[in-house]
Amino acid sequence: MPLYRRPNGFDLPFASEITPQEIFESRRSFIKQIAIGAAGAGSLLQWTGGEAWAQTGDGQKLAAKANPAYVVTDKATSFKDATTYNNFYEFGTDKSDPAENAGSLKTRPWTIAIEGEVKKPLTLDIDSLLKLAPMEERIYRLRCVEGWSMVIPWIGYSLSALIKKVEPTSNARYVEFTTLADNRQMPGLRAPVLEWPYVEGLRMDEAMHPLALLSFGMYGQVLPNQSGAPVRMVLPWKYGFKSAKSIVKIRFLKDQPRTAWNIAAAREYGFYSNVNPDVDHPRWSQATERRIGEDGFFTKKRKTLMFNGYNEVASLYSGMDLKKYF
Amino acid sequence: MFNPTPRQFKVIRALLFVSALLPALRLLVAGFTGGLGANPIEFITRSSGDWTLYFLCIALAVTPLRRLSGWNWLIKLRRMLGLFAFFYASLHFTTFLWFDHFFDLGEMFKDVVKRPFITVGFIAFVLLLPLALTSTNGMIRRLGGKRWQWLHRSVYAVALLGILHFWWMRAGKHNFEKPILFGTIIAGLLLVRVYFAWRNRSAGVSQARAKVQKRQVTPTPT
Repeated sequence: MPLYRRPNGFDLPFASEITPQEIFESRRSFIKQIAIGAAGAGSLLQWTGGEAWAQTGDGQKLAAKANPAYVVTDKATSFKDATTYNNFYEFGTDKSDPAENAGSLKTRPWTIAIEGEVKKPLTLDIDSLLKLAPMEERIYRLRCVEGWSMVIPWIGYSLSALIKKVEPTSNARYVEFTTLADNRQMPGLRAPVLEWPYVEGLRMDEAMHPLALLSFGMYGQVLPNQSGAPVRMVLPWKYGFKSAKSIVKIRFLKDQPRTAWNIAAAREYGFYSNVNPDVDHPRWSQATERRIGEDGFFTKKRKTLMFNGYNEVASLYSGMDLKKYF
Repeated sequence: MFNPTPRQFKVIRALLFVSALLPALRLLVAGFTGGLGANPIEFITRSSGDWTLYFLCIALAVTPLRRLSGWNWLIKLRRMLGLFAFFYASLHFTTFLWFDHFFDLGEMFKDVVKRPFITVGFIAFVLLLPLALTSTNGMIRRLGGKRWQWLHRSVYAVALLGILHFWWMRAGKHNFEKPILFGTIIAGLLLVRVYFAWRNRSAGVSQARAKVQKRQVTPTPT
């Protein structure tokens, strides 16, 4: 673990700093060659790109093409940390609970009902969802409201691809996501931690933003159950809890939906919940964060970036007081 | 009734000391072998906080246990148990000061003042300091038994503040299972004391009454 982490100049992903695809890919194959050379050096295989991610877990592979527009140079979190340190209260409130308890989740057959203010309400099964648009691998930073962060290579496509398919009417101003709530599969539902089912929501323009990812996989394989299998949202500029897991229903609405955490504690969790170092949680500062697996004991916590560093979403909120609409 | 010989007592005390150190040793070993999970600092903070509360409960259980069992020798273990509560509280506080704030006292105090759950935990820790400092025989003598006992009753406040700290920490997640458990145990241990005090007082009153009655019936020598 590093005693001191030198600022590497890559924390702010400006478009000009994104590695061109050919260099990025040649770098990957270079590292891959090294990794193959150092046979048995399992940990190196984690950094060898798309297909090799699969070797870190034993899940079913999910093919995807890396999207060079969404790559961060931060070191990716290890598969083990990313899949054993999870908040998924339907499987228990301890971070180790989801990995232990989510085995009972049946991810097939699975359908998502898409309804509300749309011209073409649909119920799609997981196979048609997987085929709806080309799969991309995108490496995103993830910032949890609790003050820790990870870097995860997700697989999926922009939610907008699905939204275009169902043709929302002009009444559709918000999108609501509902998570599965099945007592037989989810032991955490017995605890009254939140109002079940878990509900999250976005404004329409947020949902249409290309960053908003409908995700089916991570690390080159299908999502592990504890990570929100078989289909979840990933919204890298918002705190992690905004990204609903194991989605069963998507509804388009005229009015702002009530969301699970906002119902539980409105003072602590706003509807927007954009990553914002200037708006503290009532019980802790949001100015800094700890990168899981990378920032060791003696590394100072790193500064949290506005919108988690995804400044391309800033225009969505121009003119809005983000302290009031936190 | 079990009453250990001095030698047996020494063995009991040594065993208790070693077992009280086990949680800390476990953290140390796990720290070196990568066994603290994905967020080691959070693990240490939570574990040390939990063990502070465990030892507060255990130390507070000594008096009721002693009264119920008649094992008066238990009292001689109480100081060590109390000091272990302080030890784990110090570990908890140091983790906060070091790994959360990197010894930036200004930032730390901002946190303490701004966030009630930290305020409460900090006050509890500060209240523990004089108790730890006056835990020696010399200090007991210097303060005098009565005053020492009065001072050390602030551990009741520490326990209640500790529960409140834990409760507020969990409030955001509506996850009160453990705070309720700890709270119930602490409340029970304090209520037992209230009951003992009440019985003592009423016993005292009836004794005094008996004395008065006795005086009345006893003819005074003239």
